[in-house]
Amino acid sequence: MAIQTLPLEAGVPVRATSGSGRRRPDTRAGWGMAAPFLLLYVLFLIAPTAYGIIMSFFNSSLVHNGLGGFAGPDNYTEALKSSDFWSSMWHTVLFTIITTPPLVVVALVLAMFTDRLKRGRWFYRLLFFAPYVIPSASAALIWSWLYAAPIGLWGTWLNDIGIGAPNWLADPNWAMASVGLMTVWWTLGFNFVLYLAGLQEIPRELYEAASVDGASPWTQLRHITIPLLRRTTALVLVLQIIASLKIFDQIYLMTGGGPNFATRPVLGFIYDIGFTDLRTGYTAAASMLYFLLILAVSLVWFLINRRQQRSA
Amino acid sequence: MAATTTIAGRINVQRIVKSRAIDWRARYFNWFCVSVLIVFAAIWAIPLLWAVDTSLKPDGEIATNPTRWWSGHFTLHAYRTVVNGGNIGTWYLNSFVVAIASAGLAVVVCSTTGFALSQTRFRGRQAVFGAIAAGLLIPSQVLIVPMFKEFNLVHLLNTYWGLILPSVAIPICVLIFAAFFNGIPSELAESAHVDGASWFHIYRRIYMPLTKPAISAVFIFTFVWKWNDFLWPLLVMTNPRMMTLPVGLSQVSSAYGIQYAEIMASAVLGALPLLVVFLLFQRRIVEGVATTGIK
Repeated sequence: MAIQTLPLEAGVPVRATSGSGRRRPDTRAGWGMAAPFLLLYVLFLIAPTAYGIIMSFFNSSLVHNGLGGFAGPDNYTEALKSSDFWSSMWHTVLFTIITTPPLVVVALVLAMFTDRLKRGRWFYRLLFFAPYVIPSASAALIWSWLYAAPIGLWGTWLNDIGIGAPNWLADPNWAMASVGLMTVWWTLGFNFVLYLAGLQEIPRELYEAASVDGASPWTQLRHITIPLLRRTTALVLVLQIIASLKIFDQIYLMTGGGPNFATRPVLGFIYDIGFTDLRTGYTAAASMLYFLLILAVSLVWFLINRRQQRSA
Repeated sequence: MAATTTIAGRINVQRIVKSRAIDWRARYFNWFCVSVLIVFAAIWAIPLLWAVDTSLKPDGEIATNPTRWWSGHFTLHAYRTVVNGGNIGTWYLNSFVVAIASAGLAVVVCSTTGFALSQTRFRGRQAVFGAIAAGLLIPSQVLIVPMFKEFNLVHLLNTYWGLILPSVAIPICVLIFAAFFNGIPSELAESAHVDGASWFHIYRRIYMPLTKPAISAVFIFTFVWKWNDFLWPLLVMTNPRMMTLPVGLSQVSSAYGIQYAEIMASAVLGALPLLVVFLLFQRRIVEGVATTGIK
């Protein structure tokens, strides 16, 4: 045993050093090839980030150039004390809470069912993914028409079968749920396709062995499929949470943040304050607080991922 | 010998009996799956079909009978109104220019960087890699205010460059290319070096031709993303002649009021190009989503 492993262990570093020794000094080529990217990256990602952080400590405005007077932490304390800011943060979180479970669970169930089909998988893949490629503006126009009261298709159908239809987008209690429903229709296909890919990697023999042992299809799904999809589920979940936290388009297009600001997400708040009130310093501070929320989700994901890789 | 064969035979019989029972359970379950799928497929198809249906009816008929699917007078009138009366042709052109230029530049700029990170051992490589990985964490949405001030200062508002330039350096695309190049045996580069080939030649002639799946994934996704992008174009393109399709469509419902045929015709025209692209490249796009998970 010891003799067998020794040469292998010794072999790795030797090969690595000779590998890098064979390469030419290529610092100039490397920087040269990365230069266009790095230039754009600095100009349009790093510089705006730095500018945004600095701006959040000044009384900047869109009406005059430059930073304006130094404000210290005032913008942050104002945002943290503002009920408008907190209610918009809550709407973003609420949207994430109501859209994430259906977008993950329904995608999982539909993908598992589609995966069992012998024929016609392409049809469901086509149909469920198709809405994902259409622009948010088209999807919003179509769903506003479906929701239009009292002549929209959904409401009329619900009334026909005797369930009183809500006033969808015009009712503060239903507006967010209505946008959520439209979002499930619009973006479910992405998660569905990720799950279909995850299902491809489960060996078919596992199901055959389980059914020979008398496991029902339902037991197989519960005890084989869902546990083996754990990594895919983790990926789908975190991508979905981050995507939902970025909600802006559908709400801007369908409710305009209304009725009476009942659905305005934090990006809507940033948009309104920055581009209607023109208070860019204050808006930059609010953006940074929102950034921290997304960053927290990304960091949790990173830590979970590292633990999984260590245990694997 | 005889005893063992009978035991084996009995087990086989038991297995067959058992698996027949399971066969029935599996069959019922398959029926259940198909029914659920059909219901959901219907829910997914209805909004698209309803939009097309509405767009083909005369507005007067929609006003009197809003939820009837059949019409005695199907017409393309709404499409003619939208195409002739509105700016939709210009919006198509703007979206197309921006999406093609962004996707093409993203492929070039991100692949050269991915190659440099993966194949050349330049000094400071770790720092560059770290900076790019950190960029994954910054959502462009939180940068709209400083970006807008920056673009205002250098007069890039209401220009194509104002939409193209911020979406070329995409961290995730660099990492996709780097991962792809890592999978290509480095002996290829080394032997080309021995023959005196330059790094750029190795990138262009040897590595890029082997990277077609990554190229198409990055190109398609940048294209789709830019075509559908909304918030940044909404801020940058305020001149109706410069608007992209999604921004233009956001003005449609106020332009047409309750002329639902015209509104739905605009929505259908907005959805159509990418639906066609998706139908043509279905497998590529779906594989791209599955292997890269770009969202």
